[in-house]
Amino acid sequence: MGSINTRINMSVIVFADTRGEKVAKSTLETLTYGRKIAAKEGGTVTLVTFGDAPQDRLGALDANKVVVARNIGDADSQQLTRLVADLAGKENAKWIIFTHDDTGKAVAPRVAAKLQAGEVAGAITLPNEQGHIKRNVFSGKAQAWVELKTPLKVVSVLPNSIPVEAASPGASVEEYSGDLGVAKVTVKETRKAGEGIPLPEAEVVVSAGRGMKGPENWGMVEELAKELHAATACSRPVADMDWRPHHEHVGQTGVAIRPNLYIAIGISGAIQHLAGVNGSKVIAVINSDPEAPFFKSADYGIVGDAFEVLPKLIEAAKKLNAER
Amino acid sequence: MKILVLISHVPDTTARIAFTNDNTAYDASGVQFIVNPYDEWYALVRGLELKEAQGGTVTTITVGGAVTEPTIRKALAIGADDAVRVDTEPKDGHDVAAQVAAFAKDKGYDLILAGKETIDHNGSQVGPMVAELLDLPFLSLATKLDVADGKATAERDVRGDVEVVECPLPVVVSCAKGMAEQRIPNMRGIMAARTKPLQVIPAAATEALSTTVKFELPPPKQAVKMIPAEEAGKLIELLHSEAKVI
Ligand SMILES: Cc1cc2nc3c(=O)[nH]c(=O)nc-3n(C[C@H](O)[C@H](O)[C@H](O)COP(=O)(O)OP(=O)(O)OC[C@H]3O[C@@H](n4cnc5c(N)ncnc54)[C@H](O)[C@@H]3O)c2cc1C
Repeated sequence: MGSINTRINMSVIVFADTRGEKVAKSTLETLTYGRKIAAKEGGTVTLVTFGDAPQDRLGALDANKVVVARNIGDADSQQLTRLVADLAGKENAKWIIFTHDDTGKAVAPRVAAKLQAGEVAGAITLPNEQGHIKRNVFSGKAQAWVELKTPLKVVSVLPNSIPVEAASPGASVEEYSGDLGVAKVTVKETRKAGEGIPLPEAEVVVSAGRGMKGPENWGMVEELAKELHAATACSRPVADMDWRPHHEHVGQTGVAIRPNLYIAIGISGAIQHLAGVNGSKVIAVINSDPEAPFFKSADYGIVGDAFEVLPKLIEAAKKLNAER
Repeated sequence: MKILVLISHVPDTTARIAFTNDNTAYDASGVQFIVNPYDEWYALVRGLELKEAQGGTVTTITVGGAVTEPTIRKALAIGADDAVRVDTEPKDGHDVAAQVAAFAKDKGYDLILAGKETIDHNGSQVGPMVAELLDLPFLSLATKLDVADGKATAERDVRGDVEVVECPLPVVVSCAKGMAEQRIPNMRGIMAARTKPLQVIPAAATEALSTTVKFELPPPKQAVKMIPAEEAGKLIELLHSEAKVI
């Protein structure tokens, strides 16, 4: 059937964070996801955002329309839920797409529950021919295809899963003027953690484990990361011993990441560690023990002492940077 | 203070991951199940610490069949006062949240604590959905949690920064690493857990909003390419010219 009317009226809502120095890559990925669904189903894309991003930046996004709620932050997920739910109704949305980041993880399930819509949390593919969407389960040790059974569908897209595709930018920008209620959750203080690339978004990650012997030896790890424009990460015992901050802990009980390149130095490759990193496209392992289990999951390996190998890698990375 | 902690029953972190029924169901045969680490190490232990400091009760709730009872007893052995099991095999994350919300809605909990995600479904859905269904605020991915003067204060890691947020009770909190230290149950706790109340209640009527149609395992890795340590710099060249990732 698919009457012409429903095709024309349908819309895809993309909720994304547009704050910061520039639009995050994950936002562009989520927008690409929404655009592809809209193109397939014959609808328009409305990007819903919040905060203080400059008007020209919003107008340059690849959406039909941008709606921005200027006076709210992301601390109160109830306000953001009201915003998205209100616009989903007004725009006759059939899909609502989020980024599976800190904000999306809090707001997408709320919106799904409020609107009684099925949700895929952490999608790694677009819908296939049957409309099923793939996501990681068992901490990345397996994947599941999920079917959403409701007419309205909510998806949060895992960063680094969908390649960004450029379209023809140019959106009309509207400021949201509805009533979002009072924020119950308020931010009292923000402590800047310093420079560095946020781990979940990094394309290259240099990670180190107990094989580094102590926090005083992390200078080399950081230097290699800097040369490769990489984020730094660590294994759980390293964070537990306070050698490194907790937010660097990757694995089953830490952050799950899927960068293009994961370099693991002095990490044994325990199953709980692998669970958080085995979605990486390429894995390189440096370990002094040829029997270290991590080599079984690696694409490239060096059996050697980190303290001898790291300086060679830093030197080679510097050389590569000088050449390009 | 009345505290409710959501406890999920999950395969041990080292469990073999395999599927049955034409890859539509997890093969649990021979698998050891545990309390979801985020629920146990952070949500439950922090709930107990707050109760010990300020008085109150800690109740756990689990949505699942009778097979989850050893896991629930473990939570009781760690120190929860009593437990509730909603007797149903949950259909999806929303179903879990709907069951918890149906139980909690008229009980007056000040704090509802959930782990940040489960290590089997990894959805991070249940906490925020419970909050929405109960029309409560939600503190997501909290690494520290304190309660005073009817308010909860939490720290969260946001894009590498640390944010301190505040919110009036009642509130739902998703708990992440940093909030508490794991507690190993002692003999007395294990003995006491045997006789602590575990109430089994029937499930509320719900409909599945989503279903998992098929599981798959990732394709096996190609053989690793080894580079001699003396020529370690070659790795960088290969990552650039062959793998094209730097
Ligand atoms: C429920 C549960 C959840 C867990 N969750 C996580 C998780 O999320 N993330 C996580 O990382 N772990 C997790 N773990 C812990 C995990 O099982 C391992 O203990 C941990 O990953 C080991 O960290 P590691 O590799 O740094 O240390 P080790 O296992 O001690 O390995 C150190 C490695 O360094 C190598 N090495 C030593 N010296 C050198 C040198 N000079 N040069 C090069 N290599 C060297 C050694 O050969 C060894 O392979 C979890 C465990 C449990 C039980």
